Amino acid sequence: MSQHNDSAKFLVGVYDDDEVVLKAVTEVKSAGVRIHEVYTPFPIHGLDVALGHPRTRIGIAAFLFGLTGFLCMVALTYYTMGYDWPMIIGGKDHYAYPAYIPVMFEFTVLFTALGMVGTFLISNGLGPTTKPLMFDLRSTDNKFVMAIDLSKNKQSETEIASVLRASGAAEVNVKQF
Amino acid sequence: MHVTSPVRTPLVTGGKTYADVTEDICKQVEGKPTRAWTIAFVISFVVLIYGTCCVFWTWWEGLGVWGLNKTIGWAWDITNFVWWVGIGHAGTLISAILLLFRMKYRTSINRAAEAMTIFAVLCAASFILMHMGRPWLAHWALPLPNTFGSLWVNFNSPLVWDVFAISTYFTVSLVFWYMGLVPDLATIRDRATSKVSRYIYGAFSLGWNGGAKTWARYEYISLILAGISTPLVLSVHTIVSFDFATSVIPGWHTTIFPPYFVAGAIFSGFAMVQNLMLITRVVFKLEDYITFEHIESMNKIITLTGSIVGVAYITEFFIAWYSGVDYERYAFINRAFGPYWWAYWAMMTCNVISPQLFWSRRIRRSITWTFVLSVIVNIGMWFERFVIIVTSLHRDYLPSSWAMFSPTMFDIGDYIFSFGLFFTLFLLFAKFLPVINMFEVKAIIRSASERLPASVSGVAKGENVTSPTYNKDVE
Repeated sequence: MSQHNDSAKFLVGVYDDDEVVLKAVTEVKSAGVRIHEVYTPFPIHGLDVALGHPRTRIGIAAFLFGLTGFLCMVALTYYTMGYDWPMIIGGKDHYAYPAYIPVMFEFTVLFTALGMVGTFLISNGLGPTTKPLMFDLRSTDNKFVMAIDLSKNKQSETEIASVLRASGAAEVNVKQF
Repeated sequence: MHVTSPVRTPLVTGGKTYADVTEDICKQVEGKPTRAWTIAFVISFVVLIYGTCCVFWTWWEGLGVWGLNKTIGWAWDITNFVWWVGIGHAGTLISAILLLFRMKYRTSINRAAEAMTIFAVLCAASFILMHMGRPWLAHWALPLPNTFGSLWVNFNSPLVWDVFAISTYFTVSLVFWYMGLVPDLATIRDRATSKVSRYIYGAFSLGWNGGAKTWARYEYISLILAGISTPLVLSVHTIVSFDFATSVIPGWHTTIFPPYFVAGAIFSGFAMVQNLMLITRVVFKLEDYITFEHIESMNKIITLTGSIVGVAYITEFFIAWYSGVDYERYAFINRAFGPYWWAYWAMMTCNVISPQLFWSRRIRRSITWTFVLSVIVNIGMWFERFVIIVTSLHRDYLPSSWAMFSPTMFDIGDYIFSFGLFFTLFLLFAKFLPVINMFEVKAIIRSASERLPASVSGVAKGENVTSPTYNKDVE
């Protein structure tokens, strides 16, 4: 989520229904208004597409973390079992890799999970000290909130407010940070 | 007007709106503890203290306080370990595998089931530490450089695989569970009236505000977490079964163990979820969210996995005979008809026969039957591990080494410890965290609610919502 400057003034459309807000995004956009972001209590499928957010690339990060975990365990098992203190166990090769597949798998999963979630938190700026940017406290309960950054729109406040109302907003509020 | 396909039975009853969901579930977190909760917590905590004393004495005196002997070196400790790990598996199955299968009924039960997973894995891990005898040397199980020269752990050993499997499983389950909690913690934060709870829930909700971009990424990582947790959960009990299967003890050296253990794990885990949820739904008045549909769906999985376990028992017996190996044959004959016959037949009755009662729809949808049969299933699954571990060991190759196992008060006390730990943690969870995943229930309400009131979420006037548009496109 992009950071705001301190004096940013927002127009906040509060919607009562998830389907209405989904339609409203298209309507508001076609009226030429740039939407800052829509905040919802639960994920609405298709909302990110309607808003034009690019598809997340976090899957690539997850894959790379998994690969790192896998290679770390390959290196660790090779170093300990095959190089540093090679032992013959059960008459097998020092580096009897089929027996190490379980630990390689576990490390792949562990690195994928931790790395991906860490990437997610960092890329969304989430952390224990993050102060949430709330346009309306009810947006984590039952309201669907569309925020419009007035400084990024040419139209006047009243024009945008009427666009929001026409798209089905039950309330239109002003929020200044 | 809202139309729900009559093919599917509703998963949320009582015509709940989004605000109702928040209210019903946050009520438990925000209100004062109820009497029932307080009594249950005090009992669990007393049990935990008693168990802690037993564990302390086990460590202080050494494993001699257990009933182990030179023939039976593993008994209740590993039985309890496998039992608890198995119970944990249902949580991951519900949250990960049912997510991949798009089973909507998971949304009301996944939060509590995942909490159960985490606490059950903690209980299991405590038995690993206990059976080491010298828990202060637990780090020897890790590949660390040490003072004896560069001697490393043996990566050929399933016990080392277990260290990695259990710790990875615990970590990934915790992360998955916590990430699921974040949006709901934000809901509690935004409703909080006291400064303390706003601060605590604020810190744990990580500044969540539910932006569309965040949600899109969030759904994506949930899917990947589910995707990697699915093979992970299968690998964990597979590796637990390798602890036995890669040894050369008759009765343990069996290739059928991995699938048989995984099925048994899910079987016992679902039974435990039933026990927990049946109590929670009554105490917290969540009957509209955990409906008969949920109970029935879980009972179907219990029947399926119970039947897999039953087939595995019979296959095992047949293969022991078919192998032509005297020792293998004896191990199984001795299991069923030797001095531990009662354990074997307790296992067979509880695990093979009792879940078959769920073929009857009336029993499947009866709360009393479900609760009783779930307890029976977990007793049976405990006996399964006891039978595998103790009866395979107690008649060693030389009749002079034959022995029987009798538990001491510390075997029992250490088992009681795990119950105290489990229920104390679960009750704390039930009080301070939302027991039902609010945002996921809200997301299915439109398509899975029994009936939506005219102003479900306040549909704009004059507008008829006839079909859930996003469901049509995506699911």
